Amino acid sequence: MSFPWANQYQPENEFMKWMDSRLPLPRLIYNAIGAGYPVPRNLNYFWNFGVLAGVALVIQILTGVILAMHYAANVGVAFDSVEHIMRNVNSGWLLRYAHMNGASFFFIVVYIHIFRGLFYSSYKAPREMVWLLGLVIFLLMMATAFMGYVLPWGQMSFWGAKVITGLFSAIPLVGPALQEWLLGGFSPDNATLNRFFSLHFVLPFVIFGVIILHIWALHIPGSSNPTGIEIKGQQDTIPFHPYYTAKDGFGLGIFLIFFCILTFFMPNFLGHPDNYIPANELSTPAHIVPEWYFWPFYAILRAFTFDFLFIPAKLLGVIAMFGSILLLFFLPWLDKSPVRSGHYRPIFRKFFWFGLIPCILLLGYLGGAPAEEPYVMLSQLASAYYFAHFLIILPIISMTEKPKPLPNSITEAVTGKPLESAA
Amino acid sequence: MAEPEMTETNEGGEVRRRDFINIAAVSFAGVGAGVVALPLVSQMSPSADVLALASVEVDVSSIEVGQAIKTTWRKQPIFIRNLTSEEIAESKAVNASDLRDPATFEERTLPGKENWLVMLGVCTHLGCIPLGAAQGEIKGEYDGYFCPCHGSHYDAAGRIRKGPAPTNLEVPEFSFISDTVVKIG
Repeated sequence: MSFPWANQYQPENEFMKWMDSRLPLPRLIYNAIGAGYPVPRNLNYFWNFGVLAGVALVIQILTGVILAMHYAANVGVAFDSVEHIMRNVNSGWLLRYAHMNGASFFFIVVYIHIFRGLFYSSYKAPREMVWLLGLVIFLLMMATAFMGYVLPWGQMSFWGAKVITGLFSAIPLVGPALQEWLLGGFSPDNATLNRFFSLHFVLPFVIFGVIILHIWALHIPGSSNPTGIEIKGQQDTIPFHPYYTAKDGFGLGIFLIFFCILTFFMPNFLGHPDNYIPANELSTPAHIVPEWYFWPFYAILRAFTFDFLFIPAKLLGVIAMFGSILLLFFLPWLDKSPVRSGHYRPIFRKFFWFGLIPCILLLGYLGGAPAEEPYVMLSQLASAYYFAHFLIILPIISMTEKPKPLPNSITEAVTGKPLESAA
Repeated sequence: MAEPEMTETNEGGEVRRRDFINIAAVSFAGVGAGVVALPLVSQMSPSADVLALASVEVDVSSIEVGQAIKTTWRKQPIFIRNLTSEEIAESKAVNASDLRDPATFEERTLPGKENWLVMLGVCTHLGCIPLGAAQGEIKGEYDGYFCPCHGSHYDAAGRIRKGPAPTNLEVPEFSFISDTVVKIG
């Protein structure tokens, strides 16, 4: 669907006309991310991060495919082949550092993208499917990133693989057998490394496919906007190209500056030194933590140190960790407020800024801290708030709060003048 | 669908012969797809060469009382400890039914060889190697083993006492094939 006033694709020359009647791919692109896609005129810079996430994926696929030309997925040589890339392969150090930090940047922009969705309630009708597909992409990203981290076969790679596959052993009855099946052995070994390499290579293309579905689902209702109100007329929109291609291009420049600073000047800032020690199955690193982007979930996992009813602590932690993401799938139906944007929801906004965001940041800090007091107790409190926020606080305030008056139209919110009632 | 061209209509809602054929054909294709999926799934399980490393023999004659060694079995660490008489007495004094994973000391050692404790050095929480086997390592609050990953404490007999781990350190199947050689697996 599109708005009736959307620009229509006009093939410019005979070749494009010929093409358009046989494979209308230029038309598809024109309507999806070109001048044929009308977008609200008031998008702020938070709306850049979807495009930035797409660019991050492209960087990862490009550098990753090239790294795969030099990497060897065998426990005997994997670690050395990564060092070979770093020392011998022409520009190998650049490609690997770009891929390593590219993963972190992919998560940074995706987390800001999710933050945008949470604050402006982009998940609400009619965009539930956009949100759900986004969460699927997020889960695929986590799986891909985890398996990628195993490939250098350093200490953190090995023990990360052991601990994360160990999560599945918590499942009653089938758990240990499932873990053996995932590993292809009793401990991470060659079979594990090979399958992780295969999956790490293919999953980004699956992500790419789901992103196409994500954008397709977005284009049915069109993009949301900071006021959260619907588009009411042509004046409320501008074509994606050239307006937002230009704005996204500017944002991309900023993104690349930060990306280059980290890649060139502090490439190991976000990594762990322990992963430059070859994997040793007889020695666990003293302080074992995942990459920073998993820390909030890791904190929730470790918060459960007590049995509850008949559920052992280990299973509770695993359920809570997966549950912390799975509950987001129900968010469009937990938040019952008819108003989308946090700007017009005074109580929601307070709990968002002073409850949820500090809670997630604290969980992130605690996930990287050692498993001792007071961190464990703080993890328990923060985990409790996280679940309470989505399952109790949000449903209640979304039903009881009195939203502020909404502007009559996007145009009025931006210019102060009413939308011409010509339409 | 082009209704008029159909020779058999289904207005009464009764099951037609064609329905049966459709369901049978699709079901059979489903069974076929399921059978094809089996090797695609089972290839992930441990392969024959991995399973072939099923048992190891370890000479324990050089382990002094109070010391332990780490070795591997199925690519997993094994702790073999020569327990002191104090550790044995302490472990026997614990009331097993109070534990999270009740097990008496006798259930975790072999009769007549009860000073030899053979365990998988794999924390039953998420698979890290607990500290405490080598000299100088932290032994935890129960003077046994401590897992640094998520803070599980085990006692001298490897039984879980505190922390997130659900069960005791696993004792593999083992036997003495001579006075000084242990066969694990």
